[in-house]
Formats: sequence, C-alpha cells, structure tokens
Amino acid sequence: MNNLISKLGWLMLSLTGAFAFGVIALNRGESIGAIWIVIAAVCVYIIAFRFYSLFIANRVLKLDARRMTPAYKHNDGLDHVPTNKYVLFGHHFAAIAGAGPLVGPILAMQMGYLPGMLWLLAGVVFAGAVQDFIVLFVSTRRNGRSLGDLIKAELGQLPGMIAMFGTFFIMLILLAVLSLIVVKALAESPWGTFTVAATIPIALFMGIYTRYLRPCAIGEVSLIGFVLLMLSIVVGQYVQEDPVLADFFTLTGEQLTWSLIAYGFIAAVLPVWLLLAPRDYLSTFLKIGTIVGLAVGVIFISPELKMPALTQFIDGSGPVWSGSLFPFLFITIACGAISGFHSLIASGTTPKMIQSETDARFIGYGAMLMESFVAIMALVAAATLEPGVYFAMNSPAAIIGTTAESAAQTIAQWGFYVTPEMITQTAQNVGEHSIISRTGGAPTLAVGMAQILSEVVGGTVMMAFWYHFAILFEALFILTAVDAGTRAGRFMLQDLLGSFIPVMKRTDSLVANLTATGLCVAGWGYFLYQGVIDPLGGINTLWPLFGIANQMLAGIALILCTSVLFKMKQDRYAWITIVPLTWVSVCTLTAAWQKIFDVNPRIGFLAHASKYQDAIMEGVVLAPAKSLEQMQQVIFNDYVNATLAGLFMTVLISMLIFGTRTVLQARIIRHPTTQEAPFELLPAHAVSEK
Amino acid sequence: MFRQITQTIHRISQSMRLMVGVPEYSTYVEHMKNAHPDRSIMSHAEFFRERQEARYGSKGRVNRCC
Repeated sequence: MNNLISKLGWLMLSLTGAFAFGVIALNRGESIGAIWIVIAAVCVYIIAFRFYSLFIANRVLKLDARRMTPAYKHNDGLDHVPTNKYVLFGHHFAAIAGAGPLVGPILAMQMGYLPGMLWLLAGVVFAGAVQDFIVLFVSTRRNGRSLGDLIKAELGQLPGMIAMFGTFFIMLILLAVLSLIVVKALAESPWGTFTVAATIPIALFMGIYTRYLRPCAIGEVSLIGFVLLMLSIVVGQYVQEDPVLADFFTLTGEQLTWSLIAYGFIAAVLPVWLLLAPRDYLSTFLKIGTIVGLAVGVIFISPELKMPALTQFIDGSGPVWSGSLFPFLFITIACGAISGFHSLIASGTTPKMIQSETDARFIGYGAMLMESFVAIMALVAAATLEPGVYFAMNSPAAIIGTTAESAAQTIAQWGFYVTPEMITQTAQNVGEHSIISRTGGAPTLAVGMAQILSEVVGGTVMMAFWYHFAILFEALFILTAVDAGTRAGRFMLQDLLGSFIPVMKRTDSLVANLTATGLCVAGWGYFLYQGVIDPLGGINTLWPLFGIANQMLAGIALILCTSVLFKMKQDRYAWITIVPLTWVSVCTLTAAWQKIFDVNPRIGFLAHASKYQDAIMEGVVLAPAKSLEQMQQVIFNDYVNATLAGLFMTVLISMLIFGTRTVLQARIIRHPTTQEAPFELLPAHAVSEK
Repeated sequence: MFRQITQTIHRISQSMRLMVGVPEYSTYVEHMKNAHPDRSIMSHAEFFRERQEARYGSKGRVNRCC
C-alpha cells in the first residue's frame, strides 16, 4: 500500500514538472510567471536526487555506511570532526555558492531565458552535481586529501603538477573578473562606493571586537556589523546628495582599479583576524540571508518574465558577449550547471567532517542542486527586467553610446521596445545617475532583485535602498574572495616557486611573503586593468577566459572521477562521468580555439590583434588606445590572452592523455587498483549515533 | 515537538558557525577529555584563534568558490 502511495506521489511530481515545462514551452508571445520556472526546476531536482543520485550512490560508487570515514579516524575536534549531515550541508553549500552562479545566467540572458534555463537544469543533473558528489566520495575514501594530491595518487606525479599549475591561473582570472564586476558596479556611483568603502572600518571594528572585547561571539558581532551595514546604505544616500562628499566618492573605473589593487595587497598581508575573518562573517551570513530572501520573493511574488524565451542573438552577434550559443553558452554559465572550482571545495574541508560515507550523496549532489537553484533565481531576476533596459545595462558603450537617447535608438533597432525615459526612470528609481553600460551582471541582478524585494517590502520608495543593498551584498563577498583568493594564491605561488627557489617556500619570511603577494596582485591586477580600459567592457574578454578556465578544471576533475571508476572496475558505469567529460571538453576546447583563431575580431584574439596591427600600418589610432604605444599595448594584451587560452587547451588535452593512459592500464589489470585508504569498520558507537 | 524545535535551532546555529570555519567547542573538549586526557585543552578563546588561523592562515587552502 505504502509502495503504491509512493509511486503515485512520484507520478504526480513528474506530471507537475512536465506541466510546468509545457507552460514554459507552449507560451508564445505572452509573458509567463516566474513560478513556472521554479516549479519545473524543483521537480527536476527532486526527481534527479531521488533516482539518479541514488543510482550513483548504490550501483556505481557502492557507498558503505559501515566504512570508516576520515572524521572518525583522524578525529581531533578541529579539522576532523564527525558532523551531522544537515549541519555539514550548510557548510558545504556556503563554500560553493559565490558570485559565479549569480553572474553567469545574467550574461547568458542575451539569448533569452530558455537556453540558460535548460543548460542549468541538464548541466547540474548530469554534470555538475555528479562531479561534486564523486569528487567528495573519492576524497572521503582517501583521508580527505586535496584534488592535487588525489590526481598525483591516481594518475601520477606530473599530471598532479599540471593540474595545480592550471588551478593557479584560474585563481588569477577569477580574481580579475570578480574585481572587474565590482569596478563596473561602483564606477561613478558615490552611493555604492561609499557603502562598500564603509565595510572596511566596519570589518576592522568587528575584528578588534572579536579579538579583544568578546572573543568567539560571532553571532553577536555579525549582528552589530549587519546593523552598521544597513546604516551605511542609508547614509550613502546623503553622501550622494551632498556635493562635496559625492565628489569625493565618485571614482572612475581606473581609480577604482588602483584602489582595489592596493586594497588586495594590504588586505592579504594584514593579520586574518583584523579584516578577513570579520568580512567573511558578514559576507557569508548576508549571502545566505539574501539567497533565502530572494527565493521567498520569487516564489511569493512570481514576477512576470519580460524577456523572450529566445532572442536573435543565439547566432553569436549579441552585444553583451560575442560568440554563438554553442560553445559559448556552456562556458558563460559555468557555476550553477558545472563548476570545476567545486572540486577544490569537495576535496577540501568537507570530506574531513563527513560522518558516514552515505552522507556524500546528500551533501555533494544535494548542495550542487541548491546552487543550481540559486542560478535559476538569478536568471529569473534578470528575465523580469524589460529587455530594452537589460540591453541598455549590459551593452558596452562602444555599441550603444553613452546617452539614454543613443542607447534607446540602437536597442530599438534590435527590435526591443525601449524609450529614453524608461532608461532614465530606472536609473532614478534605483538612485543612480545612469544605468547605461553597467556591465558585469551585478547591477542587472541588483535592479532585478530591487524590483522583486521592493514588492515584498517598501514599494518603489525602497527600490533605491534594495538596489544598493544588492550591490553591497555582491561587492562584499567578491571583496572577501579577492582577499582570501590573493592569500591562497600567494601560498600556491610560494609552493610552486619554492620548488625552484627554496627560500620562497618559507611562509614566515616577510620578503617571500611580500614578493609572492605582490606577484599575485600584479597578476590579477594586470587582467583587471586591461578589462577596465577595454571599450567593449572587458567582460567580453575576461568572462569567456574565466569560463574556459573553470570548465577546464571541471574537465580535470571528471578525468579523475573517470579514472577512479575504471580503477574500481566499474567500467560499465563509467559513462556517468564520460558523458559530461566529453561535453565539457568539447565545449571548452571549441571555445578556446574560437577565442584564439576566429576571424571575427570580436571573438578571436589574434584577429583583434591583426586589426590593430593593420591600423598601425595605416597610422590610425583605434579606441581605446590614444596613441601608437597604447595600440602596441592592446596587441600585446591580445597575445597574452591568446596564450592563456592556448595554455588552458594544452592543460586539458594533456590531462585527457594522462587520463586515457590510466584508464587503459586499469583495464588490463583484473582487480581494482584504486589508491583508497584500507577498509576499516566505523566504530560501533558511530553507527548507532546516526 | 519542543525538543525538535530547539534541536533544529541548535543545528542551524552550528551550521552557521561552521560556515565560517568554527566547529563546536564542546565537541572538541569532549573529544580531548576522552581521547587525550593527558594533553592540555585549549580555552574557548584559544580554540577560536586556532580555528581562525587554520581557515585563513598559512595552510592556504581554497575554501570558497567563485
């Protein structure tokens, strides 16, 4: 009887999901409510979790609840602590969710909401969640070791080194592109700049408070910090209205770039308790709170989607970024569908705290589904904007000009209804001078969120507050990532350089510390600066590079997973990682190839360089360059970018070769050859505690 | 019912602390008492600082995502 009820329940769920998809697919010309997208997505997640992840857990990985986990074996009450699976889920989710899933779907919106939505759902179920789950499993069975160590153990020393080398470059590109998003959101915006700047003294105060006044009181100090943050948003409005202060906080993109580079350097060498830790508290809790708030808003308001399901830009001529749907959609939306970065998290702190191997399914697969849901909400927020306003915000000034009139005129020619008044009115509603060419995704998400949240609380009067709240929320966790990332990059670099110059390895040496930090900041600062002065907005160049890098890492992680499956003698199930691996590799390699060699100068770096070369021959100066020297600089940048894309291709191809070699070797041997920690039984009390 | 609610609240606060890298202090103390009665136990403030250094300090692991 119960069985029957359960089957009926799953049938109902499937039918609901199918109906929601039907509503989305069959609507032509009318706008639909966002709730249908949410329903369709949630049905897909539940069905995938119940059936596909269970299949992977039981048949493929054969998770064993009686098997010893690192948390029990190495229990020290600190790094290794057996942790309740719901508690650990929160920890893992907070670590994987960042700016990526929020920005990618917004940039992809230029092709309409349907391609992004379908890739987010199919990608997470068959690629992203599978990768996170299996990497978590692999690491848990090997004493919670890191991705680099796992690759060294299963594929060999050299592939491990190559993977770590690739990771360092992802770090640089990631930090550059994240900083670029902040610069684009804060440039010429005194209100936004003031509130974000105010987070520094707030964090310093919190740092001193938790260090000397009330140690350990994280909740208390975060609450104080939160109140101060909200105050800074309110004060920001007065700053904007005061001519002297507004002038002081109105910074150009270049000024912001230099401030960020200086900030990144100083923050990375300060003691962690002073700035980084308190900033981390604020950004983590604000992130979780805002995601929950947005979900509640989307579900209860169910805003109408104004963006068409598909636009003409699927052919690759779009203004936000260039390149056709295949392969560029699949690298533009990385996080949310599949993100290579997660493999670093899934082989980080989480496997050391997992109570029982069987929890890996809920934590690894489940948390990634949740991240995809965050991306779906970002997609909804962007789709609720008027398409004309979306394009005005996300097209570079080189294409639509700098006035509301020119922007409206150009965008109307593309077939999207928009008037100059609509553009200026939106800017006025959110308390900004202008919203034209605020590329990078963050301001678009902020306008979308402000529309949704102001319908829940405050109405139009509060829209400006909610807009700056959303900007603050994004800038806050991006700056935390810049700080922590520079620090992590510094240690990676010290480790890498230390192999050649032993003194660089010493983390207590001030000279080594400052040199490595300086190199790291210079690395991402270079790409950031290049992006800021680019008339096509920088996102056009940097986001695809970041996407390629991230998917390259996903490819590496899936190569590891595939190798492990063959070594486990689970050959007949290896397709569960081979299929996503093939897709990710094809997309990444095609995209990187096109970024280097495409004849369209908006896509191909080399074509862009030769366009500038030709202009130099004719003695013409092309924007953004103002002199022939700067023209040379643009050409140099193109070659750097092309080299980087080529480097990512080389890393991925060589890892594919190493992976194939490992698989072939594993197939010859008749017994399993994995490098797992030997089987031990969990202590009896651990099994009964569950 | 009441017990379930307090347990849920406790778990949420535990999870929030773990999100910023601070596990349960009481679990640590209990573990030390049971497994290493001979070793000294860090005070709550020492424990807190040790965890802060471990999360952001020289171990330098990537602990957040894009």
